[in-house]
Amino acid sequence: MENIWGSVKSSVPVTGRIRMLETVRPRLSSSSFANRVLKQSDSFSSSAPFLTMVQCLPSSRLMEPYLYASSLDHDVIDLDKTAEHLRLALNVTAQTAYRSGIILFVSRRRQFCHLVETTAKDCGEYAHTRYWQGGLLTNAHIQYGPGVRLPDLIVFLSTLNNVFQQHVAIRDAVKMNIPTIGVVDSNCNPSLITYPVPGNDDTPVAMELYCRLFKMAINRAKDKRRQMELLYGLSEPSSASS
Amino acid sequence: MAASRVCLVGTLLGKSINCASTTNPFTLQLCRQICGTPALHRKNLASLGPEKFTAEFIQKQIEEFEIGKRHLANMMGEDPENFTQEDIDRSIAYLFPSGLFEKKARPLMKHPDEIFPKQKAVQWGPDRRPFHFLFYTGKQSYYSFMHELYGKVLNIEKHQDRLRAKGLFSAEPKQISLGASRWLTKEELEASLVETISTQDYQRFIQLMERMLSMPYCSLEEEFILRHRQQLEAQSMHQVVPPLQKDDRGVDFSAAEGRRKTSKSSVVVRDCGSGCITVNGKDYLHYFPVLQDREQLMFPLQFAGMLGRFDLECTVSGGGRSSQAGALRLAISRALLSFVTEREGEAMRQAGLLTPDPRVRERKKPGQEGARRKFTWKKR
Repeated sequence: MENIWGSVKSSVPVTGRIRMLETVRPRLSSSSFANRVLKQSDSFSSSAPFLTMVQCLPSSRLMEPYLYASSLDHDVIDLDKTAEHLRLALNVTAQTAYRSGIILFVSRRRQFCHLVETTAKDCGEYAHTRYWQGGLLTNAHIQYGPGVRLPDLIVFLSTLNNVFQQHVAIRDAVKMNIPTIGVVDSNCNPSLITYPVPGNDDTPVAMELYCRLFKMAINRAKDKRRQMELLYGLSEPSSASS
Repeated sequence: MAASRVCLVGTLLGKSINCASTTNPFTLQLCRQICGTPALHRKNLASLGPEKFTAEFIQKQIEEFEIGKRHLANMMGEDPENFTQEDIDRSIAYLFPSGLFEKKARPLMKHPDEIFPKQKAVQWGPDRRPFHFLFYTGKQSYYSFMHELYGKVLNIEKHQDRLRAKGLFSAEPKQISLGASRWLTKEELEASLVETISTQDYQRFIQLMERMLSMPYCSLEEEFILRHRQQLEAQSMHQVVPPLQKDDRGVDFSAAEGRRKTSKSSVVVRDCGSGCITVNGKDYLHYFPVLQDREQLMFPLQFAGMLGRFDLECTVSGGGRSSQAGALRLAISRALLSFVTEREGEAMRQAGLLTPDPRVRERKKPGQEGARRKFTWKKR
């Protein structure tokens, strides 16, 4: 996937505050990306911080390709793959935002509901962190009114709902041909998601990181769009991918 | 049958194509051409729901109303600038006299905002992007309100944490004075949000508000909280206490009226000290030979504990024996209010002395022998 406004690689804003953990405790471990993680290929040295997952339910076998290691209680996700997938995902988000597409943030985690909604409001995009009524995507013309425009991209900051089952919106998005980005944890199923991003969806630090990254990507894309519109009048989005 | 099936398939195709957001007018036209039977063109009117009015239509109605108001004022020979709604109602009642019993069926001229039900405007702009960031939830006003509310809760918590960090956290901060108020009911909340909510949503709203109230520094958002509380009206004395007057001999007296069924009565209660009672010029013992009626007269005085103190001068007309006694009783209780303290007056109200009895004779209906009694049912 080409990016349109320079290389995304260097512009992925991973402000790393490296936090060393004293004890590895399930569910309380947290860290953020380190800059060098992305640039090096063998970033997984023993002194580097790592993201650990909680295995509250049996971890999904479909997530095995994304895991670096897995012991009895903890699954460790391979950050190289995460970085690559996250880069792709941010690229897609930025592309969609550049072409003034509608982006919908979905998360059913109550602790981060307010954060996700604030992120969406700040970007100028949309959020849905509440109870998902059945026909919101598939029955849209009756639920909202004729002539409604559905989202062009759905970003799942947590793919599970409150009962630890896969969110209905994933299946609905596939039915309505809407591409999805999803932060998949070790107990999730990444098969239906177009751009899965293996990563932790439990800790506040991780969620804040994702929100910040997506917000920055969208804002930059929109600024670029406005810039192009000012320079060239009405810019054609198809010619931008060069 | 085959044609109807084809038509259904056509509409299904059309809908699915619409959903994939590639409106192909040619395909839609093709669907329409397939079904040519006029019976199939008939729209299912009930499924469309209540009639929807566009914003332009309502705007036009408002302009026509304003012009019509001015014409009406000119017709009645009054000033068009200061023509109020009451004047409009009066003029319409004069120009179009109607003998209809049902007031809602009479000719009516009101501002279109009161006639047409409030509806939601179109939620998206010309580029079809919705305006509200929570549009895709379905209940945008309610959820955005909850979002705002939770934001305020977080704000208060952050403020408290900051004070604790500085060591300025006081155990008894300024409390909000709620007074006698209650939370908004579900209907009032729905009216303020212009959206229907479920009972669970309403309960969550109450829970969050209670949580906000339980925090010590909730006075930060006092104005916001009070906006969602409704003051309770005091249920007690709505009674108009009749004024205490002095007659030429210096004796206090007060007058009141009462009604029961078809009887009307008026009573003058004088603070003489004698305790003599006259009804229509006759002594009450002669007018009401039955003990029950006299007891009804005495009950308000006995309840207030002022049996022998007052002199009653009563006039009553209409009705029968019992209803006249009831009318008199009500009139005496009302007159006594001016001689008695507020607490005792409230006690009288709670005893039911000040409530007019609403029971009236029910009319006989056609097809029945009486108001409720039906004709004898014969099997054959």
